[in-house]
Formats: sequence, C-alpha cells, structure tokens
Amino acid sequence: MTINGWIQIALFCAIILALVKPLGWYMTRVFKGERTFLSPVLRPVEAWLYKLAGTSDREEQHWATYAVAMLLFNLAGFLLLYALQRFQASLPFNPIGMSAVPAPLAFNTTASFVTNTNWQNYGGESTMSYLVQMTGLAVQNFVSAATGIALAIALVRGFARHSVRSVGNFWVDLTRATLYVLLPIAIVFTLFLVWQGVPQTLGNYFEATTLEGARQTMAAGPMASQIAIKMLGTNGGGFLNANAAHPFENPTALTNLFQMVAIFAIGAALTNVFGRMVGDQRQGWAIFSAMGALFLVGVTVCYWAEASGNPLVHALGVDGGNMEGKEVRFGIALSALFAVVTTAASCGAVNAMHDSFTALGGMIPMINMQLGEVIIGGVGAGLYGVLLFVVIAIFIAGLMVGRTPEYLGKKIEAKEVKMALLALLVLPLAMLGFTAISVVMPSSVASIANPGPHGFSEILYAFTSAAANNGSAFGGLTGNTDWYNATLGLAMLMGRFLMILPAMAIAGSLAAKKTVPASAGTFPTHGGLFVGLLVGSILIIGGLTFFPALAVGPIVEHLSMMQGQTFGSGG
Amino acid sequence: MSHIKSTSLFDARILVPAIGASFAKLDPRTLAGNPVIFVVAVVSVLTTVLFVRDLVTGRGDLGFSFQINVWLWFTVLFANFAEAVAEGRGKAQAESLRRTRTETQAKRLAGPDADLSVYTMVPGNSLQIGDVVLVESGDIIPSDGEVIEGVASVNEAAITGESAPVIRESGGDRSAVTGGTQVLSDWMRVRITAAAGSTFIDRMIALVEGASRQKTPNEIALNILLAGMTLIFVIATATIPSFAAYAGGSIPVIVLVALFVTLIPTTIGALLSAIGIAGMDRLVRFNVLAMSGRAVEAAGDVDTLLLDKTGTITLGNRQATEFRPVRGVTAAELADAAQLASLADETPEGRSIVVLAKEKYGIRARDMAQLHAHFVPFTAQTRMSGVDVDGSSIRKGAVDSILAYVDTVPIAAGSSALKLAVNPEIMREVKAIAEEIGKSGGTPLAVARDGALLGVVHLKDIVKGGIRERFAELRRMGIRTVMITGDNPMTAAAIAAEAGVDDFLAQATPENKLALIREEQAKGKLVAMCGDGTNDAPALAQADVGVAMNTGTVAAREAGNMVDLDSDPTKLIEIVEIGKQLLMTRGALTTFSIANDIAKYFAIIPAMFVAFYPQLGVLNVMGLSTPQSAILSAIIFNALIIIALIPLALKGVRYHAVGAASLLRRNLLIYGLGGILVPFVGIKAIDVIVTALGLA
Repeated sequence: MTINGWIQIALFCAIILALVKPLGWYMTRVFKGERTFLSPVLRPVEAWLYKLAGTSDREEQHWATYAVAMLLFNLAGFLLLYALQRFQASLPFNPIGMSAVPAPLAFNTTASFVTNTNWQNYGGESTMSYLVQMTGLAVQNFVSAATGIALAIALVRGFARHSVRSVGNFWVDLTRATLYVLLPIAIVFTLFLVWQGVPQTLGNYFEATTLEGARQTMAAGPMASQIAIKMLGTNGGGFLNANAAHPFENPTALTNLFQMVAIFAIGAALTNVFGRMVGDQRQGWAIFSAMGALFLVGVTVCYWAEASGNPLVHALGVDGGNMEGKEVRFGIALSALFAVVTTAASCGAVNAMHDSFTALGGMIPMINMQLGEVIIGGVGAGLYGVLLFVVIAIFIAGLMVGRTPEYLGKKIEAKEVKMALLALLVLPLAMLGFTAISVVMPSSVASIANPGPHGFSEILYAFTSAAANNGSAFGGLTGNTDWYNATLGLAMLMGRFLMILPAMAIAGSLAAKKTVPASAGTFPTHGGLFVGLLVGSILIIGGLTFFPALAVGPIVEHLSMMQGQTFGSGG
Repeated sequence: MSHIKSTSLFDARILVPAIGASFAKLDPRTLAGNPVIFVVAVVSVLTTVLFVRDLVTGRGDLGFSFQINVWLWFTVLFANFAEAVAEGRGKAQAESLRRTRTETQAKRLAGPDADLSVYTMVPGNSLQIGDVVLVESGDIIPSDGEVIEGVASVNEAAITGESAPVIRESGGDRSAVTGGTQVLSDWMRVRITAAAGSTFIDRMIALVEGASRQKTPNEIALNILLAGMTLIFVIATATIPSFAAYAGGSIPVIVLVALFVTLIPTTIGALLSAIGIAGMDRLVRFNVLAMSGRAVEAAGDVDTLLLDKTGTITLGNRQATEFRPVRGVTAAELADAAQLASLADETPEGRSIVVLAKEKYGIRARDMAQLHAHFVPFTAQTRMSGVDVDGSSIRKGAVDSILAYVDTVPIAAGSSALKLAVNPEIMREVKAIAEEIGKSGGTPLAVARDGALLGVVHLKDIVKGGIRERFAELRRMGIRTVMITGDNPMTAAAIAAEAGVDDFLAQATPENKLALIREEQAKGKLVAMCGDGTNDAPALAQADVGVAMNTGTVAAREAGNMVDLDSDPTKLIEIVEIGKQLLMTRGALTTFSIANDIAKYFAIIPAMFVAFYPQLGVLNVMGLSTPQSAILSAIIFNALIIIALIPLALKGVRYHAVGAASLLRRNLLIYGLGGILVPFVGIKAIDVIVTALGLA
C-alpha cells in the first residue's frame, strides 16, 4: 500500500462526503415537488407528461397501487426490451448488421437491464445494435434507476408520514427522478466524458493501425451518453465488453475518479434525503456512517490484499502487489477502490478483472454484494435495503431498552418484521440456492475456467452479483449458456422484485401508523451506538449466512495460496 | 407486600414435576406452538431414524452419532423444561388460590327485593349471573358480585394477602366483592356478576398457571423473526452438501443437522414462552393481576402516567401546618379555638389541628364531656363544623362559608363589647391570607368565634416522601407524569411543583380525564392510569393500561385491564418496570442467541470441511481437539446454555432507570458482546471435558 494510493482513496471519499448535503437538499426539494432551478424548464414538460399519462402530481397512491404501477411499468419495459433484441436485425440503427439476439440471451439481458443489474452475458460490441443500446439498454438504465429511487422515496415517506394511507405517486416519482435528477446530471457528465475523449458517435466501427503496424477494428458508438447513466444509475453495463477497463470507456485518471463518484453520488445523497424527509438530517448521517464504516473496511482489506500480492509469485522473484487483470494506468489502489465501490453500490462496472484479484481481494466485492448491496448500494435500492436491516436491528436491540421497538417514532411490529425478513430471505435463497445447484451439475460446472475453490468462487460470484442486482462479473465463467441465462435471469428478477414488494408493504404499513414522539425512553438512532448496532446487524444477519460458502471458496483459496498450493487449470 | 411466598428458583417441588412435564410437552401439538423448537424436534426425529438405520446396518460412527442425537433431544427437552419450570412456579401460586375456591354454599334469595329471611341453600358453583344472594358474618362470598344492599367488613386476605378487613358497601366506590373472600361482620345482599369458573380467582388461577396464555403482539413478532432466521439457516445449511460435493467430499447428515441446530436461535426459542409466563408471574407476585399479556407489554411502552393526587402523590390527608391569626388575635388564641373546635372532629385534618396545637403551643386535649361541649358536625350544606361550649360557639370551615357565616350571625347579647365585629378590613385580611395559602398549594381553613374571625389554619397536602425521586426516575425512563386532582388550578400547580410531576389536570372530572387520555393518545402516546370509581370506568377503558383498584367498583374492575389487589396507586410505576423488564429480557436473550452463532461457525465449519480442505483447520481458532469433539462441544454448549439461562429468563433482566441509550449500551455490551465471547470460552471448556472423558 502506498501513500499515493491512500491519498487517492481519501480524495474520493472527500468528494462523496461533500456531495451528500447539496445533492440531498436538491433531491429532497424535487421529491417534495418544491421549486428548483430547473423548474422553469422542466415543470411544463413534467405537467405535459402527467396530462399524457392521465395522472396528476396531486394524486397519491396506496402502497399496493404504487407497487402495481411499478410492476406494470417494469413489465412493459421488459417486453419492449426483449422485443427490440429479438427483432434488431430488421430495425434501423444497425450499421454493423447485428443479427437477432437468441431467446435465452435476450431473456437474460432483459432481466438484467430491467432489474438495474446489467449483468452482461453478451459482448456489447459484438451483439447489440445501436438502436438496442440507445433505446433499449440506455432507456432501461434510466428507468430502472428511477424506479429504484422512486421506491426508496416511497419507503422514506412511510417513515416520514403518519396516519395516512398513501405513500406517493409512482408515476410522479418516476418522472421526477428521471427528469430532475438523472437526466440533467447525465447530460453534464456525458459532456465531461466526451471532453475527456470518450467516443460519442452513431458512425461505424473504424480501422486503426496499432503501434506494431497491425490493422485493428475499433468499436465505436454513442458511448459517452451510455457510460454517464451506467455509472450514475448504478447500472454498470458497459458499452464495450471490457467495461471501464477499456480506454474508450474510461480514458483518463479524471474519468476514472468521476465515474466512481457518479456511482456513489445519488445513493449517498439519498441518505440525506431520508434524513431531511423524516425531519432530522442526523438520521441520514447515521445510516451514511454505517455504510461508510463498512465501505472503509472493505477498501482497506481489498487494497491490502491486492497490494500484498501473491507469495507464490514473490517466490518466483517478482515483487510487489497483484497486478494481474489490472490496468497499469489505474494501478492497485484505484483498481481495488473501483472494485469495492462498484460492488458496494450495485453498479457492476469494472475497471479491473475481479477474477484475477487475490482470493481475499476478490472476496470483498462478493461480501459487499452478499450483504445486500447496502453499502451506499444501488440508487434507491441501497437505501431501502439498508432500511430493511434497520427494521431488524431495531427490532432485536430496541427491545433491550424495554419498549416495543420503534424507529423514528414508528413502532416496529409483526408486519414489518415479517416483510423485512421475507426480503432478506431472498438473497441467500437466490445466491446460495442457485450456486448449490450449479456446482453439482456437470453441464454447469463445465462453464468454469478454473477448477477448485476458485471455480467455485466464479459460480458463487455470478449468482451473488445477479441476485444483488450488481452485474459485475468475476470473469472466468462462461455465462452465455441456456442454464446460466435462465437461472441468472431468474436470480436477478428475484433479487429485485421480491425485495421491492415487501419493502413497499413496509412503507404502506408504516405510513398508516401514528408517530410516537421521542422521549428519554426511546433509543436515539442518530448516534454512534446506533451506527455500531446497524453495522453489527448487517454483518451478523446479512453476512453469517454466507460464511460456509465463503469458507469453501475464497477463504480456502487464500489459505491454499499461503501454503503454496495451486489449483492448475484443466486439472 | 407479597403474600405468596416467593418460590426459590431451585425448589424441588417445582423442578421435579417439571422434568415429567418436559417429556409430556414432546407432543407435536404442543411443540408446534414454538417454531424453532418444533424444527429442532423434527430434525431430531430425522437423525434418530438415520441412527437406527446405521445401527442395523452397522455403518457410520455410531458413538458420535448417538451422542449428537442425545444432545439434540436434550435441546428440545431443555426448552420444554424451561417452560415447565415457569409454569410450575405459577402453579405453586395457583395452589394457594385454589384452596379458597373450595365448595361454598350460597344463600340464594328470590330477588333483589325479596325477604332476607327466605333463602335457599345452593352450591356456590351453581350460581348464575344475576342471582342475588345473602352473605352474613362468617360466610364465604360464593362468587364475584356487587353489593346492592348493606355494609359489611370483609377479609380479603385470600386474594390480597392483607389480613386487615376491608369495608364493602352498596353504592359508592367500594361495592365489589370477590368470590372466596370471607365476611367478618354484618351482612350484605349481593348480586352475582360472574358465573362459576369465570370468577376473579378462577381467572387469576388460569393466568398464573399460564393456561389461558395467548401470545402477545411482540411475542408474535419475535416468533416471526425467529422463524425467518431459521429459514435463512435452512438455506445456509441445505446448500452445504453440494458445496462439499463440488470439492469432492461429503458431509454426514448428522453433522449438517448439528450445524443447523446450533445456528438457529434455539436459546431464545426455548426460553421465549418462559419469559412471558415469568413476566405475568412477577406481576402476580406484586399483587397485580393483568387480564392479558398484552397489557403487561403495553405497560413497558407507557409514555404518560396519569396519577391521582390523593393517595398517590400526597398522603391521603391534609395536615395543619400553621396558625395564621388576624390582627389583634394571638396565634395561641387561634390555636386554642381551633383545637377546641377540632376535639370531636375525627377527620385526619381535625386530628392534625389538635396535634399541631399541642406541638406548638402546648395546648392539651380537653375532655369534651367535662366541658359540656356540644359538637356541631360537618354537613355538606354548612360546609363547616365546630363546637358550642360555655355559651360561645366556635366554627371552622372553608373560608367562604365562614365568611358567609359571620355575616349572618347576630351579635350575641352579652358578648364582649370589644367584639371585633365584621370588620371589612379583617375580612379582607382573611381573604388575603387564604389566597396566600392557596397559592402555596395549601388549603385555608377559617376559624371564627361568636361571629368574630380569629384567623386561618393552614392545611397542607403532604407530598409523600421519596415521590419526587420516583418522578425524576420516571422522567429518565422517558415517562411523563400528569397529576389528576379536583383542586383548583392554583393549588394544583403548587403541589405539582412540589411533587415534581410534569403536568397536572386541575378540577378534574371524568369527562376531562377521558379527554386528556384521548389527547395524549392522538399524539401517539400510550397512557396508563389507575382508578377505582364507577366514574373512572370510561377513562380506565380508554387508557392503554388501566389499573383498577381492587377496592373499586365492579364497573372499574371490568373496565381496566389490570387489577391491583393491594389498591395501591403508586404501583403503576412498578407495573411499568415489569413491562419493560419483560421486553428487555426478550431482546437480551435474542441478541445473545444470535451473537452466539459466530463462535459456533468457528467450531463447526473447520470441523466440517477439514477432511477435504485441511487448510480450513486455521479457522479452528479455539484449538478444539478433533473435528468430532468440536461439533459435539458446540451442540452440547447449545443445549446447556438453555438451562444456564433459565434463571435469567425467569427473573428477568434488571431494569435501570437510565436513559435509553445508556441502557442499550449496557445491554449490548453484556448480551451482544458477551454473546459473541461466551460461546468461545464455553465450547472450548466443553471440548476439554469431552476430550478428557474420551467421548469424541
């Protein structure tokens, strides 16, 4: 580990910290329907959209109506994206002449983009037409992110309101998240990326002569716009297969830094929105601190593991950290940081190959996702995910102050506990369940590149990433098979919608409750004690379930490495 | 205070039957009520079947598998045992109650107005609601009822443990009688209000025995949590065999089951119902009877406590503290007249005047008969009392009534020419003194002799010793106290300040009491109050925790959800603490149970995988001697910790009236951090023993 590496990490943290308040303030105004500096331009557009949709920003929905609207909207998006891929050959904006995407892959890709996962079993430059990239994938990048934000806002309203039946209007929240938050920032960010050298063109792929004098076809396309939203909306699906490791997608140190910032920005600021909406910003900071603590531990371990390198390689006389699978441009610190950021938030964009990380270095991204992507997390998804943990943590520990547990004046009772557990049950079920099946079927085991514990990690990582709606790939696993297309797609849908529905039920149940005023007998949820409690609960309840799987995957791999044992490929 | 001998935790009379009950509770229908333990029983059946199969085929490590099986069953039995012990303690209390329920004979009358001398003897348990019975000196009251005629002294020791007799009379707030109590003197006509089997004592027995126990809302929520965590660990363990298969190994079912059972929250699962029963039991030991567990839980959540001033905050009676003469009269003169007027006054106020006069001015008691004095008792019309002696008449009473009185009294012939007449100046002076006394929270009592004002006696509400500290404690618990009083706002404010309550409701009526409760509840607060009169019934019913005094009316008792057998209103505070203790104990043991999982993983995971991944031996941080001993030690620890924690479950986690944050910090440290560390030590210790005994 180097001073320079730590300074870069600290710089990143400082920028995020500085963004939380202003962005949180702005988004709170947006979702409360108050005036912002963009209102003169966007308000008419917004009003016209509501009129078109036959709704109004004064109409509010019951949680179930809200959830159904969300489901219908996502179903429509699903069908549209699926159709686009299947018929891309006969649709315009296909200069390379891509043929129809096969059904299983199209299903997987659709599930992936609708759920904000952006797991890519396809290579962007060799599978998708520009039309699909722009009107299919990029649109889902926006709306899946907006869906996440809308749901988080609805859940926050559940805590903030009392004695009402409604949690907001899905169409309004969706529109505002897109128009006021995602779109303006994405436009600015796109321009920034273009300035830094990211291609943005509808033209054809082009030929280049390399330094060695060889001719190479270079993929191009409307990249900058897509990259902006893939980061901002924690989508992560690259335009190119190499994702943010590719010099076109991520050309400079500055783009690298601000792509990471874009991944965290909205998720981090949503904690502040939460604080503002419940009337106490400290509540938001407490949740942010819990996330921050888990994040810093992850970064430290991952950076340390990567910087320590592999003793087997050291024995061969090659000193230094583990550089395999990393861009020399970014080095160890920024690759480790990017890996932790992209998996802590539910982004999944990568600037290095996680498969090539050391066992422990690669375990951190996996744990980040297994905890339920609650460390900043996906836009919106991170907040409602962490609030589910808050419900459980408060329920267990809150009893220890001798009162029915309450959070922000809301009593946490049987219904909330039931729904939170249902949501938290989904992750181990999808991650461990599908892994367990895949590691014993010869056909699915055949997809892995490395035998032994590392191969196990490849499969575990894939399902972890899918169910957590992350989308980053460990690599090494041939995912484009019927089995993985189907099961990974299923895992993504489970991880998204089976989490959302219980969270919405909680929102509705909380909104209907009275708010009990705080007293000396209520456990304060804005202090260090609460942060510690939340971190502990996330680790014990969210993490312990995965201990056996991690033990036979990365942990045993690490221990083997320390003992000099290797698992030769093809063995 | 408690009439029921507190039974020791290790009383053989409870423990021995509990062992039998542990086996009886293996009935699947009983087990099904407890999801975690039910699951343990199901997997135990599975492993037992597998063991028998292995026994027949002679495969596998029979010794090891036998021991695991034994401890799995012990886990279930220990859980049953915990519940049985809690119930047993309740039963021991019920025994003493049941003795009072022995066959009684009732004197049934033809009707409410029927002749008292004509009755039929019928068995007490054949009485119907609405029957009217006669109870006379020496009779056991056959069932719960309401006195409709007569007054009698009753020994209620059977339910309160208090041997001093209490008065029960028709009308008023002391009209309820309880079946099983004994009439000591006089007679009453009683209308039966409870059918056989559902009397107060019957309900009490059912409650302490846990027979009519229903799961409380919080208990249901906790059960959901435990069931959910069990499901999560089903997934965690059920996927392990294929992980092992991938690595080319296999894991025996018995080992998987051992891991599963140690991971699921068996500790709290086993103790949950015992905690609930013990909470109810603690209340009963305090002589408070809760009509449901829900009420006990609500008590822990109370935000606002409504307390009657009289009897709760102040001693029941006002006491004279000062003589304030008007100009021209000495204090001793005033004291002398006041004492004379109070000699025959048996009220506590009257007696306190006599005492004060003696203490301050050495005025000794005089014999009324010798003085040929004629006592004029207090009446609601005159609102004063006094004495006529030697031709002069002394009156004391409320200031306005005395002022009205001196106005109308004709100046007695022969009375001194120095008579101070009804001097408007003196009247003003009396009014001024009275106002001053009122402001300080006291009650002024004016004294006049022969139509002349002498001065004012300051009667003071004496705030109970230590009550200020209790309220400060409540404030630290986050509970707001509101004093309810019929006094005027000025007096109420002064007493409220002296007692240290947070707020007060002056000139309280049943209506504004009810309104106050509704207002608090609208703010999302839970309200507790106690009351005894029929006019308290609506407020008692509206309050989240309504504690009716046992001396109260039937209406009040029916409206409240708790009854205090000692009729001590300050007990609300203890009730709140018991409620909090109940919730805290649940939270503490749940936290402990979940925190335990870390150590169990470290014991079992390396042992489980070490055969094909020897590298994982590094995770054996406890240095357990063999894989088998590690697994066995973990499961033994898991079972024994249930037994070890039974006393805590029954006694409850101690409540300290400190802020919620420090309370939580303390409990998290003990049960959270302790929960992480204790099993490391415990499992290691068991491993040493298991290895020494050569068990694995």
